[in-house]
Amino acid sequence: MKKVVLVIFSVFLLAACGEKPQSVGGSQRYEPAFMGTGMAAFTAPGWKPGDKTSWELALRARMQYGQNEYSRSN
Amino acid sequence: MARMKFICDSQRCIECNGCVTACKNENEVPWGINRRRVVTLNDGVPGEKSISVACMHCSDAPCMAVCPVQCFYRTDEGVVLHDKDVCIGCGYCSYACPFGAPQFPAQGTFGVRGKMDKCTFCAGGPEANGSEAEFEKYGRNRLAEGKLPICAEMCSTKALLAGDGDVVADILRTRVVQRGAGAEIWGWGTAYGTKAGGKDAGAKS
Repeated sequence: MKKVVLVIFSVFLLAACGEKPQSVGGSQRYEPAFMGTGMAAFTAPGWKPGDKTSWELALRARMQYGQNEYSRSN
Repeated sequence: MARMKFICDSQRCIECNGCVTACKNENEVPWGINRRRVVTLNDGVPGEKSISVACMHCSDAPCMAVCPVQCFYRTDEGVVLHDKDVCIGCGYCSYACPFGAPQFPAQGTFGVRGKMDKCTFCAGGPEANGSEAEFEKYGRNRLAEGKLPICAEMCSTKALLAGDGDVVADILRTRVVQRGAGAEIWGWGTAYGTKAGGKDAGAKS
């Protein structure tokens, strides 16, 4: 009987050792933008989803063409 | 690519609120929340100046620093985003933000604050790119579609510029050089109406 009580008591004492982590933290599970959305209908042409370099070049061209009229007029 | 930034050219902004409308439409932002708004100083007075303001995606974001549950994160492009599944709606970010970017929807019978909502630079959130869950919580993910934020792309006078900080700074610099003035136009003098009319008295421009 004593052994049973001792085992139960030990399990109770060791319960804290199995505690799940409770720390909060920001989500780091975001998907990089250059991976694309997988929906070709809404994706701008001129780059390949998954290719970071082509995505950056396409965006950079869009920044210039769409926003810098001096580069278009000269 | 450097960090994504917004710049608003106060010489060009005509207070049309097209950016505000485009943002609300594109992201289906609910009533009571404006992720972007146009601020006009000296409204109605000749020489009034307007700028479009939203989350500026700070390099050292105070909202990120004060959040007790660390729901904010920064993408590789420097866009400051948050996880609505982690946000507890405490409002600390709202007090910390100098631009009034964090918005809180009134939910429930007693107007309890809901999850924080803010400009995402049209970069969605931590859900899968282009997913329905992402759209419902954060709006469109235009960056993943190879596009820039809708507010800047819709701006009729191109006052609002969005994109790589180096690129948009160069565009603004080109404009200022062409005009011959304007770098100092948005500052203390403009905001508080000195006789210098937009130029800080005694300050070098």
